[in-house]
Amino acid sequence: MAGLIGKKLGMTQVYDENGKVVPVTVIQAGPCPVLDIRTQDSHGYSALQVGFGKKKAKNVSKAVLGHLNKSGKAENPPALIKEIRLTEDPSEELGQDLTVEAFEAGSFVDVTGTSKGKGFQGVVKRYNFGGGRASHGGDWTRKPGSIGMCEFPGKVYKGRKMPGHTGSVQRTIMGLKIVSVRPEDNVVLVKGAVPGHKGGIVVLRTAKKK
Amino acid sequence: MNLLDKISRENVKTDVADFSVGDTVKVNVKITEGTNTRIQAFSGVVIARKGAGIAETFTVRRVTFGQGVERVFPVNSPMVDSIDVERRGIVRRAKLYYLRDKVGKSARITEKRDY
Repeated sequence: MAGLIGKKLGMTQVYDENGKVVPVTVIQAGPCPVLDIRTQDSHGYSALQVGFGKKKAKNVSKAVLGHLNKSGKAENPPALIKEIRLTEDPSEELGQDLTVEAFEAGSFVDVTGTSKGKGFQGVVKRYNFGGGRASHGGDWTRKPGSIGMCEFPGKVYKGRKMPGHTGSVQRTIMGLKIVSVRPEDNVVLVKGAVPGHKGGIVVLRTAKKK
Repeated sequence: MNLLDKISRENVKTDVADFSVGDTVKVNVKITEGTNTRIQAFSGVVIARKGAGIAETFTVRRVTFGQGVERVFPVNSPMVDSIDVERRGIVRRAKLYYLRDKVGKSARITEKRDY
């Protein structure tokens, strides 16, 4: 079980050993210093608190710096601190740097990120409604249609799919294959797309279901 | 250079033959049958070249037994062993999709000659 925070750099393509094109997302992940350890005994769950990126020490509050002191990272504080839940108590130590070497090519990961914001969207884009017909006198091309019944029940049921703000929510894509790991650049190539825009923060975890 | 470009460029071939739309080319394609790898040629007219960098592809069209066949190859694919230019053509379009509607004499392309 391993987890890392990374930055989505973008997508490109590589060729596999059979000469087939493989679409890949390039993720710059780690090195992530371990800042705190949660264990079953002391906290009731297992997790690692890890950092990512860097920030000037003068821009970090004293409270956070004090916490970072515990792992000896107050000199070069990370820009982002996140907790990564684990299934069992971690063997990592405070202050240790997690790197992409935790993953190997051919294994699978779950990637969590914030999807691209789409703004206020109609039901066709938001919920894949079919819409009406464009020709033959069709008068409701992209409208939602009926949203309920009549005098009974006399209300629109909760949860009715309607237009609204779309995207920009946390999403996890499970079971993505790692195509290659490049420790010299702190980069992993993951097959397929991951949520979010270029430069977006993503969390990589060993796949739950593979 | 950013990392994304660096990774993309690793697979870009530097020794690709100089060919353009309208040229008649012979594409030598690697074919794996079981454990053996041999080379099969596919020749025809390049009717399109699109994309850039690692994602660049080209379309080759040929007519065999009255049946038009088109194949799209990635320029940088390891399966494309080499590309031989057999004839250079003069064309005034970037995409020669109009050739699909033409047969016989009207489907010819003028050869480019250096005098």
